[in-house]
Amino acid sequence: MADTASHAHGAPGQGETRRDFLLYATTAVGAVGTAIALWPFIHSMNPAADVLALSSTEVDLSPIAEGQSITVTWRGKPVFIRHRTAREIEEARAADASGLPDPQKDEDRVQKAEWLVLVGVCTHLGCIPLGQKTSEPKGDYNGWFCPCHGSHYDTSGRIRKGPAPANLVVPEYTFLDDNRVRIG
Amino acid sequence: MSGHTFQNKAIRWIDERMPIFTVMQHSAIDYPTPKNLNYWWNFGSLALFVLVIMLMTGIFLAMSYTPHVDYAFTSVERIMRDVNYGWLLRYLHMNGASMFFIVVYIHIFRGLYYGSYKAPRELLWWLGIVILLVMMATAFMGYVLPWGQMSFWGATVITNLFSAIPLVGEDIVTWLWGGFSVDNPTLNRFFALHYLLPFVLVAVVFLHLWALHTTKSGNPLGIDVKGPQDTIPFHPYYTIKDLFGVGVFLLFYLFFVFYAPNFFGEPDNYIPANPLVTPPHIVPEWYFLPFYAILRAVPDKLGGVVLMFGSILILFALPWLDRSRVRSARFRPIYKQVFWLFLIDCIVLGYIGAKPPEGAFITIGRIATAYYFAHFLIVMPLLGRLEKPRPVPQSISAPVLKPAAATAQMEKV
Ligand code: HEM
Ligand code: FES
Repeated sequence: MADTASHAHGAPGQGETRRDFLLYATTAVGAVGTAIALWPFIHSMNPAADVLALSSTEVDLSPIAEGQSITVTWRGKPVFIRHRTAREIEEARAADASGLPDPQKDEDRVQKAEWLVLVGVCTHLGCIPLGQKTSEPKGDYNGWFCPCHGSHYDTSGRIRKGPAPANLVVPEYTFLDDNRVRIG
Repeated sequence: MSGHTFQNKAIRWIDERMPIFTVMQHSAIDYPTPKNLNYWWNFGSLALFVLVIMLMTGIFLAMSYTPHVDYAFTSVERIMRDVNYGWLLRYLHMNGASMFFIVVYIHIFRGLYYGSYKAPRELLWWLGIVILLVMMATAFMGYVLPWGQMSFWGATVITNLFSAIPLVGEDIVTWLWGGFSVDNPTLNRFFALHYLLPFVLVAVVFLHLWALHTTKSGNPLGIDVKGPQDTIPFHPYYTIKDLFGVGVFLLFYLFFVFYAPNFFGEPDNYIPANPLVTPPHIVPEWYFLPFYAILRAVPDKLGGVVLMFGSILILFALPWLDRSRVRSARFRPIYKQVFWLFLIDCIVLGYIGAKPPEGAFITIGRIATAYYFAHFLIVMPLLGRLEKPRPVPQSISAPVLKPAAATAQMEKV
């Protein structure tokens, strides 16, 4: 056996041998093949077709009076829809956008000034901020207050104070008509 | 086991504190392996390969499966339609179960042909039978999970086998079910056990390999290794040969996965379980058919169950039933032939197991069952005494190194 082995290796001192080449080629093909075979396993943990199909929600806005908020579920997450009062809009527009932790103008966060639509998930570590109900604290800026680690959001859902790094996310949405909106 | 000296410092540091690399070096690289193994010796490593595939696909399937009578069937359909590559995972798992049995049955018949159950490998053989039993339990409970008609009625029939036990039978069945019929509690516990048993399997396989590495592999000549000239290191010789085997096996396995994924299955299992209607013809999965035939060959409930379990348990007694001192069938002119008769008998039993129990099928089933047991209880012990084996070669290398003298003898073999 030792004979065959050294024979297949070619003459000693020749450097690269056919056997080395075969070894590297086999290893490379094996590694690529294994990586490709692993993909279906990993991808099976991504959202399935039926989960993706649930990705839009329609909401009737007519019952929401001025000053009221409702929470709807979209992709398993709460979405805040606030019928803002003139004062709230004014407060949101009055702030100097460039001085905020995550600078953004209120105009860029709404399609119609009286309707504010937000994903109700704190951008810090994912808790749901308080402020939807009149009984709940709204924070120092009259918007929302996250009880987990104390983030304060204003009437445009922008972060003003606390550990959260970004404004509450505005989801994609379209007004189907004056009173109906589709989220997603 | 003398410590191996490794070049890499980190490896050496770990190895001095826990010689895991020394063990790996000894058992997967240097491990001295007879140099004359043929391809029938590939099936052990193939079985291990399939076990890993079953674990992987199973764990990922379990992430999308719901063990509840109201959701199990639809959750499997959702795996097939909505989960990314769910169809692939499920077909790999379903066909993997069949492949597992094909590979393991070949592995066992290899052992029967080459006398692998004889001293000093009895314990290794017994551990193998334990693996077979655990595999069967796992496969049976896995088949129940999709909660189709075959799942449900298979579970009903198989669990009812235990009602044949005198006095406590009925209580045992109720206990197995967790109720008064196969229902949600049954499905729940079957899922828990189906998840557990493969890991038990991993543990028993580990023991199987431990025993193997103590007694070392046998070989087609059935004679002992006489010295280093009879062996070659496991790596690279057998790693590459096993890898080649895996390649060929994958072609076979993936052919079914991609082109005939339901070949081994029963269409009735795509009908949701209905506790009020039994399908006209229930059959177990193909790998249980020979045992099913034995069960039905006996016109007595308890007798059938005893014989069915006995047909596997009898394998434990092989080291005593076969008294021949020669291991390999190559040198046993008569055993070599009855081996094939026995294999054919098992295939006949499998065929009968798939047929309805009526007419000639019953008679054939009974004859085949009788022969199955006769092979072990009569033929084997008799051959051990009466058969005159051919002379075995002096050593594994002898026929190769001294061609003139030994090859003449080998040729006849
Ligand atoms: C050890 C060897 C194994 C064998 C022989 C085996 C056998 C089976 C069989 C025959 C089925 C029914 C296939 C069908 O008709 O769909 C099945 C289903 C299933 N098995 Fe396994 N299995 C094994 C390991 C595992 C492991 C390790 C897991 C998870 C930890 C697992 C999880 C599942 C699940 C969730 C199902 C139901 C989904 C389906 O029907 O495709 N299996 N198994
Ligand atoms: S999660 Fe909201 S402040 Fe930390």
